[in-house]
Amino acid sequence: MDRRKFIKSMAVGAAATAVPLNQSDASFFDTFFQKYYREMTKEEKEEVVQRLEAEYKAKYGKDIKVGTEEHIPGVLFGYALDLSRCIGCRRCVYACVTENNQSRNPQIHYIQVLRFRRGTSEGEHWIAGASGVSNLEESVKYYDPPLVPQEEHFYMPVQCQQCENPPCVKACPTQATYKTRDGIVVVDYNWCIGCRYCMAACPYDARKLNWAEPYIPKEQINPVTHYLGNRPRMKGCVEKCFFCIQRVRAKERRYPACVEICPVGARKFGNLLDPSSEIRYIMAHERVFRLKEELNTSPKFFYFFSI
Amino acid sequence: MYIKRKAIGIFFVSVLLLAISGGQFYINAEEGRQGGHGNDAGHKEPPVRSAEKLSEHPLPEITTPKPPFSEGIFPCTSCHAGLEPNAQRRELGFHTDIVLVHSTKQRWCLDCHDAQDRDMLRLANGEHVPFTKSYMLCGQCHGPTFNEWKAGVHGKRTGSWEGKKEYRLCVHCHNPHSPRYKPLKPSPMPARPQDINKVLDTVGVTIENQTIYIPVYKK
Ligand code: HEC
Ligand code: HEC
Ligand code: HEC
Ligand code: HEC
Repeated sequence: MDRRKFIKSMAVGAAATAVPLNQSDASFFDTFFQKYYREMTKEEKEEVVQRLEAEYKAKYGKDIKVGTEEHIPGVLFGYALDLSRCIGCRRCVYACVTENNQSRNPQIHYIQVLRFRRGTSEGEHWIAGASGVSNLEESVKYYDPPLVPQEEHFYMPVQCQQCENPPCVKACPTQATYKTRDGIVVVDYNWCIGCRYCMAACPYDARKLNWAEPYIPKEQINPVTHYLGNRPRMKGCVEKCFFCIQRVRAKERRYPACVEICPVGARKFGNLLDPSSEIRYIMAHERVFRLKEELNTSPKFFYFFSI
Repeated sequence: MYIKRKAIGIFFVSVLLLAISGGQFYINAEEGRQGGHGNDAGHKEPPVRSAEKLSEHPLPEITTPKPPFSEGIFPCTSCHAGLEPNAQRRELGFHTDIVLVHSTKQRWCLDCHDAQDRDMLRLANGEHVPFTKSYMLCGQCHGPTFNEWKAGVHGKRTGSWEGKKEYRLCVHCHNPHSPRYKPLKPSPMPARPQDINKVLDTVGVTIENQTIYIPVYKK
């Protein structure tokens, strides 16, 4: 079913609230009838980028570059996180918010840092457990001591696990979310109708809905963006971690922001197809595991204990 | 902290068994660490002073940021050129901020700092290394960690995932005189569901030249 048919088939009222647009905008028509990004020609992408850049300029008063860098042949991105090192400081959470233009208010975070207390089952369902969307217990996420790490505790950041077999993609009725050839699961925000099926399908609670107009102070906007990544979003679309696609696909081949900020070096990133990458070193030398392995989502996000 | 980590390892073994079993990735993710796993969780590295060990893993080209000296302390020879070296273990009348909590019984200042040229570090075999390569010093006694550091697993590299990387020196994270990693103040917690209207603002904080924006909440 394509997007327009799907919208038609929904109750009119529900569809209206789900359309992720600022209706007063002059480019409303273009935006609404924009083609599916994945099927656009180079020229069509160029046109859309120009329209978006003009819109963002009007809204934020500065030049925001919207990139369309393609996947890099021979690359499959993977991530590993060393749970022996993570101290739960949450710097990654805000490095991500900053880099990726997440709404400050209402607050959207791609990374949730969970705290576990040794010897209890607190938060255990996060590791195994086949339940669908997990209810985060307060004690797991909302810790606030003067210093971390705390004795008797350890920490596990969770974000989009970039599944090879992503349930969110299967759930999406409009194919707004899909897996790219370098393995990153992305969202075409203009194609997303905000139905939240993907959020229900994700076992890692990684997807966030913009249930109100996102707010970011103008001076805090990161102007280097990607169409499938950190370009400013709108009310009604779902978003999540995309491995900083604007950084990792850039010609500098930068690391994701969370990797670079981590003070203890717990976060590792690289090309799973390159035997000399640090990610492959970890696969070969450390005891890695993945969250909720039994669900067969096959994440490309690995956890390990280096000691 | 050793103790803590070790205990975590043990706690996790049961969960891991569950978690690891199913997953055969297209890359062999299950190959264990050399030397057998399980009981190496939380092991304390025996200090191995072996140059042979290091040469097994040749040094990649390594660039790092500048050593994190306190202001005005380097070059050391600005004072030490005119001072008689004194290898005596004693209470110092200078550098009083330095408390040696690092294998202290066996070691003293001039096991690491060169007596004659204070701008240099000194390896066990008498060789000199500059402060920009202090990892060579640490690597003498922490061979396995050093190897993991070179591979980009211990410590941190920034730059390009495909190309040139910058390593953090061991001493960027570990004070060489008291190397245990120091606890940090955590960034604010996310807003609880009942507090979503309490986000007042976001303010920038700069960490290692990187500005991140953190929320400020209404009381
Ligand atoms: C384990 C080896 C080791 C021992 C033992 C050691 N040092 Fe150091 N010291 C270092 C290294 C490595 C650095 C470089 C740190 C850097 O790059 O910023 C350093 C840095 C210093 C500095 C510069 C500190 C600053 O504020 O920037 C002084 C002064 C110093 N050491 C004095 C001493 C004294 C005095 C002792 C004995 C009480 C001592 N060191 C013992 C390894 C050692
Ligand atoms: C401002 C002058 C000054 C500078 C700069 C300085 N030192 Fe010193 N340092 C001293 C003095 C004075 C003593 C002797 C203290 C005592 O004997 O009580 C001393 C003692 C030491 C000692 C104890 C061993 C010995 O020979 O007495 C070490 C090791 C040392 N300094 C290392 C360093 C290193 C490494 C640096 C550079 C990173 C450095 N110092 C820079 C003034 C300085
Ligand atoms: C001469 C041998 C030697 C050298 C050189 C050396 N260390 Fe150590 N280090 C030890 C020993 C022995 C221990 C364990 C005993 C202790 O903690 O005092 C240790 C412990 C540590 C620990 C764990 C501390 C803790 O309390 O958890 C760290 C981290 C560390 N060293 C870092 C470094 C760094 C960084 C350097 C280089 C500046 C270095 N070491 C150089 C011998 C050495
Ligand atoms: C990016 C920061 C970072 C860098 C760079 C770094 N370390 Fe560490 N290191 C850590 C952290 C964090 C721990 C865990 C500390 C803890 O659990 O208390 C650790 C632990 C250690 C330990 C204790 C044993 C263990 O594995 O937990 C040793 C020894 C050590 N480091 C040596 C080194 C040496 C040698 C280098 C340089 C070759 C180095 N480190 C570079 C962050 C760093």
